[in-house]
Amino acid sequence: MEFISFLILFPFIAAAVLVFTKNNNLRKGIVYTCSGIVITAALVFAVSYFVGSGGAPVKYLGESGVIHIIDYMMLAAELFLTVLIVVLSFKYKKYHAALLSVAGTVVMAWLELTGGAASAANHIYCDKLTVVMCLIIAVVGSLICIYAVGYMTDYHKHHTEFKDRRTFFFPMLFVFLGAMFGLVTSSNLIWIYFFWEITSVSSFLLIGYTRTEEAVNNSFRALWMNLLGGLGFAMAIVYCALKLDVTTLQELVSTSPQGAAVLIPVILLAFAALTKSAQLPFSKWLLGAMVAPTPTSALLHSATMVKAGVYLLLRLSPMLGGNHAGLMVSLIGGFTFLVASMLAITVSDGKKVLAYSTISNLGLITACAGVGTEETVWAGVLLLMFHAVSKSMMFQAVGAIENATGSRDIEDMHGLIMSMPMMGFIMVIGIAGMFLAPFGMLISKWAALKAFVDAGNTVLILFIAFGSATTMLYWTKWLAKILACKALSHKVEKKPSVGQWFSMFGHGFLMILLCVLLPIISVQLVEPLLAQLFNVESVSVLTPEDLVIMVIMLIMVFLIPLVARFILRRMKATPNIEYMSGINEGDNRHFRDSFEQSKNMYLSNWYMVDYFGEKKIWNISVAISVGVTIVCMGMVLTMSGGVF
Amino acid sequence: MLRSAIGIILYIICAPIIGGLLAGLDRKLTARMQGRIGPPLLQPFYDVSKLINKEILLINNMQYLFAWCFIIFVVFTGALFFGGTNLLLVFFVLTTAAMFLVLEAATTNSPYSVMGANREMIQMLSYEPMVLLTAVGFYLATQIAFGDGTFTISKIVSESQIPNIVYLPGVFIGFLYILTIKLRKSPFDISMSHHAHQEMVKGITTELSGGMLAIIEISHWYENVFLLGVISLFIVCSKWWSIPLAIVVVAAAFFLEILIDNTSARVKWDKMFKSAWAITMIFGAVNIFILQLI
Repeated sequence: MEFISFLILFPFIAAAVLVFTKNNNLRKGIVYTCSGIVITAALVFAVSYFVGSGGAPVKYLGESGVIHIIDYMMLAAELFLTVLIVVLSFKYKKYHAALLSVAGTVVMAWLELTGGAASAANHIYCDKLTVVMCLIIAVVGSLICIYAVGYMTDYHKHHTEFKDRRTFFFPMLFVFLGAMFGLVTSSNLIWIYFFWEITSVSSFLLIGYTRTEEAVNNSFRALWMNLLGGLGFAMAIVYCALKLDVTTLQELVSTSPQGAAVLIPVILLAFAALTKSAQLPFSKWLLGAMVAPTPTSALLHSATMVKAGVYLLLRLSPMLGGNHAGLMVSLIGGFTFLVASMLAITVSDGKKVLAYSTISNLGLITACAGVGTEETVWAGVLLLMFHAVSKSMMFQAVGAIENATGSRDIEDMHGLIMSMPMMGFIMVIGIAGMFLAPFGMLISKWAALKAFVDAGNTVLILFIAFGSATTMLYWTKWLAKILACKALSHKVEKKPSVGQWFSMFGHGFLMILLCVLLPIISVQLVEPLLAQLFNVESVSVLTPEDLVIMVIMLIMVFLIPLVARFILRRMKATPNIEYMSGINEGDNRHFRDSFEQSKNMYLSNWYMVDYFGEKKIWNISVAISVGVTIVCMGMVLTMSGGVF
Repeated sequence: MLRSAIGIILYIICAPIIGGLLAGLDRKLTARMQGRIGPPLLQPFYDVSKLINKEILLINNMQYLFAWCFIIFVVFTGALFFGGTNLLLVFFVLTTAAMFLVLEAATTNSPYSVMGANREMIQMLSYEPMVLLTAVGFYLATQIAFGDGTFTISKIVSESQIPNIVYLPGVFIGFLYILTIKLRKSPFDISMSHHAHQEMVKGITTELSGGMLAIIEISHWYENVFLLGVISLFIVCSKWWSIPLAIVVVAAAFFLEILIDNTSARVKWDKMFKSAWAITMIFGAVNIFILQLI
């Protein structure tokens, strides 16, 4: 319990300190120290949890006077946030955001002040999923904070047009972490909602960091979409409190009668989770979040924000199997997986590809949660872990490349392995981790596909079959671009700072560690976690044969480069110039054109805009997903007949 | 365990021999279809042995690494397949292998190679959905046939009482269609063709020579044997007669591919992509859908 309250409160304290830290060096010291403390605290918390309770779920904070005070403090904080949003909305004339915010808060305030909220048996709940989430948030989130120090220094050197608001930026990062810890450890729905709203607002503030028109517009888009989800969340809480007499998420999940009125809050919460995880039709906000400095993107895309949505879905997953709420979640997820991966093919902006790939991967996790069987959720949890690490790493790498070369376009990353070998190496690990065998993402995809077949859902199978193909294309062509060995390349002089290196290598190390330890993580952590989540004796997803093959493949991946090196030494090869139909100028970079002039050779990727372009498929995808959402929600409302 | 070990060893030893003979047969048949006499059956072996003894000209060392990765992963794919392991895993490894070939070409930064690499990626995009649906098809077929769905190849073979093609006619047609792409046969030999007189020279293998080219050639033999093995999986079951039947079907499929190769002109990439996805939907997806209804 002490560790949990420390994890939640410490980032807020760190944020408060950072607000008043104007000196850059001092800030650096504080951020490094606080990040270190957060990681250590999370590790200690994880160990003490497993040693202390042996991995059994633990509940904390029953009803007491202190809790009432905390409740009122939260309400006050929420009112403050609402006022903040209203003021900003009027300032920038975005009244819909104000409306949504007020609506949500009024509903919650009414519920709490009229005493409609039943007293909760516990407010804090901790099981293995909580621990896993805390570790992801702490390790990945803190590394991002460390990275941000060096990055923001560079950023303001390059972008002198933006006001230096670092005294605002770093506190927000830590507030974000604190809110995420609160979100994953809370059990009381009202508490979860409170932290949920904090993440919405802080992401809104972070996206609008530069205060350009685009940033403001995008931040408000993120805000209203998330507030809409938040409104759904608030309605779910009210329904739970008034009709079902349920106050905690765990109670809600354990009231199992399928198809009954309980599905109404479930689908409302799922709706909130879909907005937060940027699933269609709400994907636009995450794409817009790119305008913010890279650490924001890294944070939003990996350890926090979008993961809050899928976390909630994973928690709800035992309730989602075989009903309309689950159908909505799985269809939207699968559809988003396919559509976002198609869109990722068509763009060349590195950050945008990463954004689409995040949406796409979250779609897969969402679909896994929506099917709601042990196997799919197993895949979902592993996907979540791998995605957090590799996506955070790649965002950081792209950010560092942008700071060094001035471009984050994939076309400009041509030959990165020559011009920035270490950055290229990091990108290769990240990309390989995202889709290659035997890395975790692929194993999870394999389990997901098998589970979808078992669930008998042809549409989902097609989504994953076509989505895998499109996913492979956009990663492979990026990888090919990075690994192109352009002759006579010069090394880029500018290097990221030590903190940035530390963070990126930390991620790379984590990534490899996760891959190597995958069998152990699966058997020791994820399978017991599922048993807790689904309240069953034991779960086993990986058969021993599968494990053996995975180990063989891992060994291959590490051995092949070594063996190849050995063979290469003994092989004799003559260096040759590239074949260019005889018009190679001799340096492999230029060719002689029909006017006998020397011309620079330029090789571009394919983007298939005519097939998968945003103009072509965006509107229709949004229409389809809106349709699915409305139909499924309508089905749940009418079939359970609970509204009237 | 013993059976899978035998399967793996037989594959590793025999596949290049069979693959080479098939390549020779291919050239012989092609020549006959074009009214020529054609080279001797063993010509591919002569070619490869000559290549091995030639000087290797390379643009950079990374080509080595990826070419080696390609052959190792191709052999691994086939070994997993003939070792009777998980079909889905086999296809995932196959994809990884194909990706190494793309990287080998891309890393040269040479115009024709990179063009070939780009086209190879489009080929992967075209055939990948059908490949995955094939695995799903076998899972569903075994689910119907003996209650417990499985991706395990040895189980698919030993426990099926009738050839799985009975359940999977659509998937079979879909797989035959993409087999043309995988075997690099016209009209879908857009990333690399065995004939050098084309607009993109030799595509992905343009910058490979000597021993490295021989390695790629041998890995294609391995790959072809594996692909025909997948065709035979549609037929082979626990009955003895399924094996001669499988050989007949594989031979017919192989002949059909050569016939298509010789009677069709190469198409543009977009036609390949669109038609492959359409066939996947029409035959593959509908077949899967019907199986799930049963």
